[in-house]
Parts: sequence; structure tokens; C-alpha cells
Amino acid sequence: MTTSTGQRRPGTAPIDDVSVRVRGLTKDFPLGGLFSRRSVRAVDNVDFDIPRGTIVALVGESGSGKSTVARALARLERPTAGSIVVGGRDVLKTEKSAASRRYRGTVQMVFQDPFGSLNPAHRVEHFLERPLRIHGKARTRQEVRRQSAELMRTVGLTEDMLDSYPHELSGGQRQRVSIARALAVDPEIILADEPTSMLDVSVRIGILNLMARLRDERGISMLFITHDLASARYVADTTLVMFAGALVEGGESLELMQNPSHPYTRLLLSAVPDPARTVRYDPIHRARLRQAVLAPTTCPWQGPDCSRSVPVRHTVGPDHWVRCHLYAPQVSALSNPLLTDHDSEFDSELDSAHDSAPASTRKAAR
Amino acid sequence: MSTTPILEVTNLRVEYHGANRQVVAVNDVSFSIGEGEIFGLAGESGCGKSTVANAIMRLLKDPAEITGGQIRFKGRDLLALRGEELRRFRWKEIAMIFQSAMNSLNPVMTIGSQMVDIFTTHEGLSVKQARSRSAELLRLVSIDPVRLDSYPHQLSGGMRQRAVIAMALALEPSLLIMDEPTTALDVVVQQEIMAQISDLQRQLGFSVLFITHDMSLMVELSHRMAVMHSGRLVEMADAELMFDSPLHPYTLSLMNAFPPLTGPRVRLTGLSDSVRAADGSAGSCSFHVSCPPDLANCSGNIPDLREVAPGRFVAEHPRTSIEGTAA
Repeated sequence: MTTSTGQRRPGTAPIDDVSVRVRGLTKDFPLGGLFSRRSVRAVDNVDFDIPRGTIVALVGESGSGKSTVARALARLERPTAGSIVVGGRDVLKTEKSAASRRYRGTVQMVFQDPFGSLNPAHRVEHFLERPLRIHGKARTRQEVRRQSAELMRTVGLTEDMLDSYPHELSGGQRQRVSIARALAVDPEIILADEPTSMLDVSVRIGILNLMARLRDERGISMLFITHDLASARYVADTTLVMFAGALVEGGESLELMQNPSHPYTRLLLSAVPDPARTVRYDPIHRARLRQAVLAPTTCPWQGPDCSRSVPVRHTVGPDHWVRCHLYAPQVSALSNPLLTDHDSEFDSELDSAHDSAPASTRKAAR
Repeated sequence: MSTTPILEVTNLRVEYHGANRQVVAVNDVSFSIGEGEIFGLAGESGCGKSTVANAIMRLLKDPAEITGGQIRFKGRDLLALRGEELRRFRWKEIAMIFQSAMNSLNPVMTIGSQMVDIFTTHEGLSVKQARSRSAELLRLVSIDPVRLDSYPHQLSGGMRQRAVIAMALALEPSLLIMDEPTTALDVVVQQEIMAQISDLQRQLGFSVLFITHDMSLMVELSHRMAVMHSGRLVEMADAELMFDSPLHPYTLSLMNAFPPLTGPRVRLTGLSDSVRAADGSAGSCSFHVSCPPDLANCSGNIPDLREVAPGRFVAEHPRTSIEGTAA
């Protein structure tokens, strides 16, 4: 089953079915003073597609570069290299300086902090009126009011809240206003940068359900940036895992969480608190995963060295790929230490996915 | 876990006085924490859990007021402490890790000088002695002592959090209060901090009052836990027992507020997004539970906790499944 299609790109779908196609996206940030030549690579050669009407989650730890990807897509950051194709046009070539109004009418962003992204001096209606008027969606006072009210209902708020100030709303309600503001221009694509991480547990699911509803009812495509794997699994069709500026694994969300293949994905998943987990925190396994992730010069599974040759994408399941040498075709499932290693419960699931490996006895007892 | 409680909170009541209304943030709350025990207090934001922590530390200021109840720590009445007595008691006996603790470090002082302050103030050590004690503490939380001369912005979020934990443990307190210690950290760092706290707790034997809204995290760490809602406790039991068979419907809602990582993808409803008011919110059920019509005969008031099995308390609700205790 472990076959390699190293050259295969993740999206071979025709461009018509793809809202956003990103190829070779790279962003360097300069370090040091004005004349310094040093720089840090925040995003390194990232390729992915957002199929039309789907939610793609981009997960990773803080500092992995996932927000930079979103900011590059929103044209808030100028990429060092790469192409971003939206609606069949390479926007970096056609709109060199910044985003045009047409682009803003297609791609909208929802920010992480609903306490910082709404000007406290204005009423809610102002935030909806601006995009409606600027993008010519409504011209008269009555039209603005009618459409604003409609937007409020779409995101699960009431019309009378249009006259409220942001401080009168809860965090969840403010985030809904941010989403309504993004919806005002009737976009095809929404970039949501950690939309739930500042919110209390009691309102998170509500926002996730709203995102799913917008996808299902309006066919809006979304890039959902999060560090919460459970949220990604809950709402996203596809999940991409980002680490140190590069995509290391991607696939259908349920499949990816079921059979995490890259050491970093396994590290992330094993860190999610889960009282039903049978295997408790294992410092030795953790140290091995960390070493694989942080010091890739020596592979803790005696695989080929990641520092000498950059791993390419290998297919590990239907619609699931990973960039790790251990999944290269010459390493059979039996000799692959990631697949026969019994330190983690994930391995048993991996084993069952690769029927040539011995079955594990460490299945969840509950 | 010993049976002698180190902290006993009885019928605690805290009110916030507004211009034209009063809000009861903590209403008749009682619990105790044993020696060497990790006690979890769960609840959504606004339920009063942080107010409980601040009441124990005696940090409440106007317009908040403790209007009833007792807090006894090792037999001493905490609410009677005044001035110098109170100052010496804080941090020495009970230390606290605040929410977004990373931001509670002074950005213009080095980590070292902030730690040295603790020892020179509370124990009257010389700066040199204090520095060597601080170095020891940093090693305890796996930070290289050269970091004593670093400023907070030079450390990562996880390291800052560890430094804050080291500072909280500086005077070897008997009780550590942690108010949402890992919000704003990513999962990997969160798990490492939690494992570290768990190790330190076994090593040093202090008790912990752990406050969070993440039920999964709480069950992993705590021995016993309580669920709080609108200023009242609704359930209190052994952590694993409560997780396996929650009695109160609200406990279940809170547990289901996070999507799971395994199993089929099911649609969750979560908790409602309505504005909550502690003074009896009108309209929808404040527990975010939809009852069948024949069970919807509740007044919305939360009754006192009742012991339904040894060590197992619940505030009964029309949908409380008492028969679940048999399991």
C-alpha cells in the first residue's frame, strides 16, 4: 500500500474545481538591521489547493508559518516566491502591488482576536455598512439596513444588535460580527486565522458550526488556520500539517487523524489531552518524536537522514500523503520502524492500515 | 492522598456590587482539598471559578466582597488575616499561577532579579544566596540557569510559563492555585508543562487547585474535581468517575463542548452563545440542556449538592441520572 508518487502534486484536479491553488509559496523575513543580508524562511515552498466549497485546515504549532500563509493569500504580505492562483489568474503577477478591490471581493479574512479586530468606537452596523457600500452591494440607507440585518441573521445574531457597540457583545458574538463583515462582500473564499482560539469553550462549537454551514449552504471555500487538531477534524474536509514553514503531511481529516504518519503529526496528536487514552504520557517516546522533529540530522528510526536529502511526498493512503523518508517505497512496511514500533497506540492503527505488519495487542481497553 | 483537608471552603459567597444591581458570583460553594491532592474546578467563562481562586488568595477588591462563608487553611481562618500577616501568608503558604501567566512577568526586569526578589523579601536572604536558590529553581523546571540574566521577551512562551511555575514554587507553598495555566500555549508545550507540574507535585507533595474549562486536560491531571455553573457547584466527584459517568447534564454538556479526536464525525451543538447573567437568566435553560417536556419542570435554581454515593456529590436536576452511580 505504501507506494510512492513522489512527483505527484496534491491537487491534480482541473483548475475549475479549485478555488485557490498555491504553488511554491515562499516567504523570507529579513533579520537584523537595514543593511543586513540575514533572513529567516517562514514559509518554504508550500504547495496546496483549496477545492471549491471545502474547508481546508492548516494546523501546526505557534511559529510554524501558518499565519504567514494566510497573510500571503490575503495579500497582506508579499511572498518572496511562488504563485497564488485565484479564479484562474496568478494574482501575484496580475496585481503586483497589493490586492485590488476585485480580489478583496473574492477573498476575505477573519482574524484571530475579535477584541482587537473591531473598532470599539463604532456600532456593529458600521462594520457591515463599509464593505457593503465600498463594494457596491448596497447603495441606499434602506438597502444597507436590510442587507446588514440579513447578514446578522446569517451568522446567528439578531437585527437589534446592529446598534450595539463591540464592548456590549461577548467574544463569540464579536467573532460572528467579524464573519458577517467578511460575508458582506459575498466572497468565494474566507481565510480564517485561528477564529476560535481566543474564544471560550462554550462558544467554540457555535463558530465551527457556522463555518460548516457557510460551506454547505453558500459553497464558500475556507482556509481554516488552527492549532487545535480536534477543531480541524470536526469541521475541515482536508487537513494539512505545517511544521517549520513546510507542509509535512496532508490528507482527508478523519483519515489523517486516524493514521498520522509524520513524526510531527504524531507528536501533535499525542499531546492532545484525552482521558480515554490508554497509554499515558511516555517521555521516552516523546523524546524520540521530538528528536525526529527538532533535530532531523539523525533519524531516531534509523531511516535516511532528512538533512542530506529533503523528503518528497509519499502516498500512504487514499487521499493522504506524507513527506518522510520512512514511507519511501524501498522501505517495506515490515522493516519500517515507524510502523512496527509499539510505543504508541497510533501504531496499532497504522499497523492495521498496513496489513503486512504484525497486529498490535495494544488496542484501547475501553 | 491524605484525608486531612489542607484547605476547607465552606458556604463561600462572593458578591459584586454594581451601581444598580448586585451579582452573586459565588453562591454557597463548599469544597475541600486534601494534602497532596490535585483538585480540579471546571466551568465555562463567567461561572465564578476565578473568583473562587481570588477569594482564597484574598485578592478580591471592590466591588467584589466576600459576604459569607469561611475559608480555612490548615485550620486557620484566612478571612481573618490582616495587613502584614496576610502579606507573609501569601506566596509562602499559597502561591498562584495566573491566567496568561506569561504576561505576568515584568518585561523590564531579568528573570533572575524577579526571582531574587522573592527570596530577599520573604526569607531575608542575601542577593548571592538568593541567586543560587533561583538557579536551583530554574533547574527544577528544566531551564538552564544562564537564563537568570535573560529578559522575559528572550524566552519562548513555554519557558516563560515554566519560569512562572518556578517562581510560584520558590517558597515551597503547601497549596498551588493554577488559573488556566496553559491557555495560549500550543498542545505540545501544554502537555509538557502539565507533565512537569505532575512530576513536581509528586516530588514536592504540594496540593493543587487547578482551574480550567478544558475537561479533558483536567481529568488527566486531577484526582478529584468539581464542575461549577453560575456561581454554584453542580457536581463533585473523583475525576475519572465523573468523566466515565457524569451525573449532571451540564457536566456532560461541558465534556461535549470539545470535538473528539476519535470516532465518527458527529455534529455537536456545544453550549449556547447567549449572554449569560448570574442573576437568573431568562429564556433558554442556563445549562444549555434541552429537556423533554415531561422533565422540564425545573425552576432553573441550582439546589445544594447532595451526596449520592460516598464522595460523590451532585446538585440534582430533573435529568440527573442517579442510577448511573451503580455502575
